[in-house]
Amino acid sequence: MDIELKEKEEYIINMGPQHPSTHGVLRFELCLLGEQVKYVIPHCGYIHRGIEKMCEHLTYPQLVHLTDRMDYLSAHINNEAVALCVEKSMNVEVSDRVKYIRTILSELTRIASHQLWWSAFGMDLGALTTFFYGLRDREKILDIFEESTGSRLTQSFITPGGLMGDVHPNFQKRVAEFIKYFRKKLPEYDQLLTGNVIFRERTKGIGIMSKEDAIDYGVTGPSGRGSGFHCDIRKIEPYSAYPFVEVNEVTLTEGDTYARYLVRIKEMWESLNILEQLVDNVPAGPIMLELKAIKAPKGEYYQRVETARGELGVYIVSDGGPSPARMKFRSPNFSNLFIINKLAAGHKIADLVAISGSLDLVIPDIDR
Amino acid sequence: MAFLKTIREVGKYFHDIYSGVASLMRGMKVTGSYFTRPGSIVTQRYPENRDTLKMFDNFKGELMLIHDENNLHSCNVCNTCARKCPNGSIEIIYKKVEGADGRSKKILDKYVYHLDTCSFCGLCVPACDELALKFDQKFEHAVFDKRKLTKVLNKPGSSSKTTNE
Repeated sequence: MDIELKEKEEYIINMGPQHPSTHGVLRFELCLLGEQVKYVIPHCGYIHRGIEKMCEHLTYPQLVHLTDRMDYLSAHINNEAVALCVEKSMNVEVSDRVKYIRTILSELTRIASHQLWWSAFGMDLGALTTFFYGLRDREKILDIFEESTGSRLTQSFITPGGLMGDVHPNFQKRVAEFIKYFRKKLPEYDQLLTGNVIFRERTKGIGIMSKEDAIDYGVTGPSGRGSGFHCDIRKIEPYSAYPFVEVNEVTLTEGDTYARYLVRIKEMWESLNILEQLVDNVPAGPIMLELKAIKAPKGEYYQRVETARGELGVYIVSDGGPSPARMKFRSPNFSNLFIINKLAAGHKIADLVAISGSLDLVIPDIDR
Repeated sequence: MAFLKTIREVGKYFHDIYSGVASLMRGMKVTGSYFTRPGSIVTQRYPENRDTLKMFDNFKGELMLIHDENNLHSCNVCNTCARKCPNGSIEIIYKKVEGADGRSKKILDKYVYHLDTCSFCGLCVPACDELALKFDQKFEHAVFDKRKLTKVLNKPGSSSKTTNE
């Protein structure tokens, strides 16, 4: 009798596509039982631009700028993925200088992305202060990017064969300054949010993802590592300058929202360590390979990199022409999104916001 | 035993209250310390000081054709920038004139730049062998009319260095 009455109370409600906590145009179809979520169906495609199809009629250096617009918070890393895949196909290797600069830019991107995630995550849970503090520090990184690459968000700086230009002479000095600055400021993040009693109550034990689920759904990046899934591409398949440095993979086994949060905070510390190993040792060398034409020979090529959100794979099918015959991106957010039903079912709506925040979704990367 | 359990539960209850308040205070200490030090501001102001503002040299604002003091640019209508552009934002309209040696020559009529389709990838500037292009420092691109975003980059009355030679 009781159950029948509850089933009558079920209703379907849309969360999004215009909702501040979905961080973009993503629609969740929620089935609610009072305030409890019975199931979540994510609907995507609201910001589908057909990037994979557009790549087919652009040359390799031209299509790099489209990858900025997928996961716009890891623009440098996306560019690097395409560049590495094309270089792999042509069987060329860039100079050590390019490798070092690429890795420094990637790690700075990772920190900037985690800072913005931390800011927005606090805001999702009702703490507006975090937004100001996170963006204050992110501004320092964006200034470094702006000085060297000319843009703050969609840089298109890393290109097949090298870099679009040399970095600014101040680059290394400013990165070293940033490391010192951010080491002092990062403990504030813990004081403001990590230790906060309301935050802990709202994240501990919420949305527990088992290691098996993470592997089944292909949840990679910090979200997967929060469940003990060793999936750091920087460690498994080191690319660029990662073989030269010591990378410690951050994994936790709890698998709840709080664990995913802690992994990202610890990754910021880890990225600072990697930067510190690289920044003083940038060798001299050419910034661009002298290539006659940037064309992938006939065949199929795959390269994966670790973005701030997980494993990004670039798959090129080439017929030997100047543009790819087929381009496929294995984007981390698409795989990370679809576990949300498993995590959120049975929790309250407010917990769904915390869970989707902890997965750190960037919607244009899901739809591409 | 029940008595001990109750004591423990009551103790935990008060401990939770105490540690909760203490954690809030730790957070408030951070914000409070910034509140008392107005020198170390957390937020940034919008750059209203447009006249004195110095952007970074590499900053990618709007595309511009470099003109020297004699109103000369160095575009020789090779069309490389337009071919490199992934979005077709550059359109070069030329006219043919008879040169001094009797052969017809292309000279630049209009260098049309569609800012509305430009994605600031920066492929056009290094593509130019004559170094005729660069990005300026403008950062406010918003207009009320889309037609204003189609710009002619060569200044009226300007001519090319190569045709004058």
